[in-house]
Amino acid sequence: MDFSSLLLGLLDNLVRGLSLGSVYAIIALGYTMVYGIAKMLNFAHGDVIMVGAYICFFATSTYGLPPVVGILLSMAVCTVLGIVIERLAYKPLRQAPSLAVLITAIGVSYFLQNAAQLLWTSSPKVFSSVVPKGDVSFFGGQLSVTYLTIVTIVVCVVIMLVLTFFTNKTKMGKAMRACSEDKGAAQLMGIDVNATISITFAIGSALAAIAGVLLCSAYPNLTPTTGSMPGIKAFTAAVFGGIGSIPGALLGGLLLGIIEIFAGSYISTQLSNAIVFGVLIIVLLVKPAGLLGKKIREKV
Amino acid sequence: MLKVNDINVYYGAIHAIKNISFEVNDGEIVTLIGANGAGKSTTLQTVSGLLHSKTGSIEFLGKNIMGVPPHKVVAHGLAHVPEGRRVFLQMSVEENLEMGAYTRPNSEIADSIADIYQRFPRLKERRRQVAGTLSGGEQQMLAMGRAMMSKPKLLMLDEPSMGLAPILVEQIFDIIQELNAAGTTILLVEQNAQMALSIAHRGYVLETGKIVATGTGHELLEDESVKRAYLGG
Repeated sequence: MDFSSLLLGLLDNLVRGLSLGSVYAIIALGYTMVYGIAKMLNFAHGDVIMVGAYICFFATSTYGLPPVVGILLSMAVCTVLGIVIERLAYKPLRQAPSLAVLITAIGVSYFLQNAAQLLWTSSPKVFSSVVPKGDVSFFGGQLSVTYLTIVTIVVCVVIMLVLTFFTNKTKMGKAMRACSEDKGAAQLMGIDVNATISITFAIGSALAAIAGVLLCSAYPNLTPTTGSMPGIKAFTAAVFGGIGSIPGALLGGLLLGIIEIFAGSYISTQLSNAIVFGVLIIVLLVKPAGLLGKKIREKV
Repeated sequence: MLKVNDINVYYGAIHAIKNISFEVNDGEIVTLIGANGAGKSTTLQTVSGLLHSKTGSIEFLGKNIMGVPPHKVVAHGLAHVPEGRRVFLQMSVEENLEMGAYTRPNSEIADSIADIYQRFPRLKERRRQVAGTLSGGEQQMLAMGRAMMSKPKLLMLDEPSMGLAPILVEQIFDIIQELNAAGTTILLVEQNAQMALSIAHRGYVLETGKIVATGTGHELLEDESVKRAYLGG
């Protein structure tokens, strides 16, 4: 293999890694925002992705609606689903030990998977991509990048920019940061903490819908358990980057995607997941708070 | 202005506040003093809605605010600077002030921030810094400035002198008097009974959840039992 084809191979893998990583990052944002505010790990988040993908599938394939409508519909349904899950399953446990909340979240996850199986059966649906087929060529056709890959990366960047603006510049975004630091003090400022938590779940779930659609556009095999592995990977990405940190979710997601693709291409496809989780363990041993995690400050 | 009537607060089986009644009149500085664990902070937290009383009523400006959730109490004109300051350490000084004005229209915020900076020039110098980098005294000023951003009629301060050097304590108490002179009624909870009584119009002494003495600041400073128990004399 000569040098230029090696380099092209690297570049191709990097782009594919960035694209997969973008999906992980979008999912990880949901985990990390909810964790930052509600201090809980919402393990049902991955299954919201699956629901989002199904909604878009039915909208576009069964009812023949345009992809944009399918995506918007799927975001709307997931937003409502996220708010309802929080209200019914997590809100009553606001004062409960975190273990009870964690187990409830796992329960919600199984509930969603089984409800999907009842409603839509376990036979796989073939998701048709929301992005037109086709690719852009670079280096005189030696490197081709699909439209979907480009769209995925662009969507991730746009979401990051919007969220960063939202949390740093808007009143509601600042109120979210205040809640994530100190709910009692936030209440004394007049911030409605319950409403803020609802909004966080709404945003996270809408992002999950986008991630679900992008994921299934790339890997079209849609079943009721489609969301669980990407969900766990994205959770890993959030921890990797430092859970609670928005830039951390981006960094963690992208790195995870790149590591997974490189491990699959250059080491072993079968071992790629093991390598991904192995890297997580090493990072946590060296930096327990994650790459961009905040040091945990004990309240005095 | 504030009428607390016969409240009882429990932490599980512990009866923390026992039939407490007190009032704060317009323009006053009123202090609640007492030892650690007497129920001073619990009382303030009950007034601002963070804790709940099983009995009685809490009337503020003629309205019953008992059972009103804490985030709605602020809008009635009642601000609470909690114990330990609780500024948002990862947010900038200016963002902390903005949070204080959360219930007010955006158009008024800039003017209010300018007012706060005038009173606390130190905060202006540090407006872009995150609050976690401020000293204890600066954090206390920020916590007070943040509370003033809601334009309260009544400002409740919980242990503003805690952990501060004597010179800063003096400064904080001067500011409390200035705020009062500018028209804000003050309800002050303090372990530093000497300082609190010296600036207060009236005071209440709390002991294990009950009010055991009341009087003007001056009377309580001279009271033998108060002297013995709280003033080291």
